[in-house]
Amino acid sequence: MLCDVCQKTDATVYLTQIVEGTMQKVNLCEACAKEKGVSDPTGFAMADLLLGLGATQQIERGQSSQKCPVCGFTQADFKKTGRLGCSACYDTFADGLANLLKGMHKGLKHTGKMPAKLSRRYAMADRVKSLEGELKKAVKDEKYEDAARLRDELQKLEHELQA
Amino acid sequence: MTFDDIVAKPGQWLQGEGPHGKIVVSSRIRFARNLKDRPFPGWAKKAERLQILGEISDHVAAIPAMQIGFNAPLQDLTQLQKQILVERHLVSREHASKSAGSAVVVSGDQQLSIMINEEDHLRMQSLLPGLQLREAYKINNEADLFLEDRLPYAFHPELGYLTACPTNVGTGLRASAMVHLPGLVLAEQVNQIVNSVGKIGLAVRGLYGEGTEALGNLFQVSNQTTLGEAEEEIIDRLVKVIEQVIEHEQNSRHMLLERRANMLLDQIGRAYGILAHARSIASKEALNLLSIMKLGADLGIFPESAQLAVDELFMTTQPAHLQLGVKQEKLNPEERDTLRADLVRAKLKEIPAPDLAKVTPAGNGNGKKK
Repeated sequence: MLCDVCQKTDATVYLTQIVEGTMQKVNLCEACAKEKGVSDPTGFAMADLLLGLGATQQIERGQSSQKCPVCGFTQADFKKTGRLGCSACYDTFADGLANLLKGMHKGLKHTGKMPAKLSRRYAMADRVKSLEGELKKAVKDEKYEDAARLRDELQKLEHELQA
Repeated sequence: MTFDDIVAKPGQWLQGEGPHGKIVVSSRIRFARNLKDRPFPGWAKKAERLQILGEISDHVAAIPAMQIGFNAPLQDLTQLQKQILVERHLVSREHASKSAGSAVVVSGDQQLSIMINEEDHLRMQSLLPGLQLREAYKINNEADLFLEDRLPYAFHPELGYLTACPTNVGTGLRASAMVHLPGLVLAEQVNQIVNSVGKIGLAVRGLYGEGTEALGNLFQVSNQTTLGEAEEEIIDRLVKVIEQVIEHEQNSRHMLLERRANMLLDQIGRAYGILAHARSIASKEALNLLSIMKLGADLGIFPESAQLAVDELFMTTQPAHLQLGVKQEKLNPEERDTLRADLVRAKLKEIPAPDLAKVTPAGNGNGKKK
């Protein structure tokens, strides 16, 4: 049996992982096992390697000529490495990635922690949205005093957001 | 702190036992983080990597936990030093193969280590003995809170923390526990457990040598997915499963003691015999026999002091640690095997031969002295 990574040498290291009831086997030669760090059973290399093997498939949708405007990464590069070029690639290749992520994860929306700075920012953006709604309504109802107060508050918030 | 200071003492996770330390060897938490709109390390050119490292490294060094710590760009470390850090679980093997443009920062107590420009710009990980995933998460989170104020993280309102590999996106969290399951392996029940844990979206991995048994009876249980669940949910789920695995392992040990005590003692006696007398031993064989010794110590067949001696051997018999102990240039594998056997024999002189009387159904492995 040949090594799954280099396809050249006979495999002597056999990894097995079971996810959602499906067994996945990976066979490696001594050299590749060492290089990938899987001979360290406590490391994360094994997890990364096994998960990564599934990720090298092409990002399915989108045009293959697409190029990330920030880092110049292309779909062909992803196919080769299974890794993206920069954080902006997630927007560039969003269509294809959505499919890939669906098969990989529990959901498509992050529900965990976020940087405090950003969460304050998101909260402010939400507040701006709701104030805009109130302002519109106040104007419609000809409550001009309320509208003036809301406008001031909005301007202050937008100023903070830009800072 | 210098490299020698770090080497001089084993990591805290090896000293003293954590909760459920007889079965759970260690708990690890890893976060993957990146800077916004900058090329990931694997895609960045060397000059960009160096620049990113420059932007990150001062902030990492300023983390409170790192005030007493070790901090080195990878090109300043020798091959052997990098290897030692790998055997200590402080850097990944992948990271050890890097050079200029990458760095490692380790806290003095070796609980927290941060790799700069591994696969992601930042890989921070904490390592504790026993089952302490929540505590390890706290250590990591503190470092993360410190850095998020100072560095522009790549964060997406839908997808969370953005990572080089889409398998890590979301929380960027990998939580894992290393569990030692000799009872389940000897009772031939380990496959069943591995299967059922695998069914609920967690992964269990063993490293297989030739044949089918896992090397050193060690298995890694970790979360599989990082997007769609909050950090606490991931960790809670994992802890629950590990607690079940612990219970199964304990049951297997009791069952073996009650019904197959002779087989069990045979295994332990053989392990002791080979380790106490071998003149040359390869690392795989040593690891497997040490695992059985560890089981014997857990069951009270060896005195309590054997516990620490065996745990220490798990680390000191690894290739780089062996090389570090000698002045000679580079040991070849045969010389290493001889040296490993010498080291093990010397250590086993401290441990008396297994006590048959303690392996009875009544002596249920609490290690009580008669």
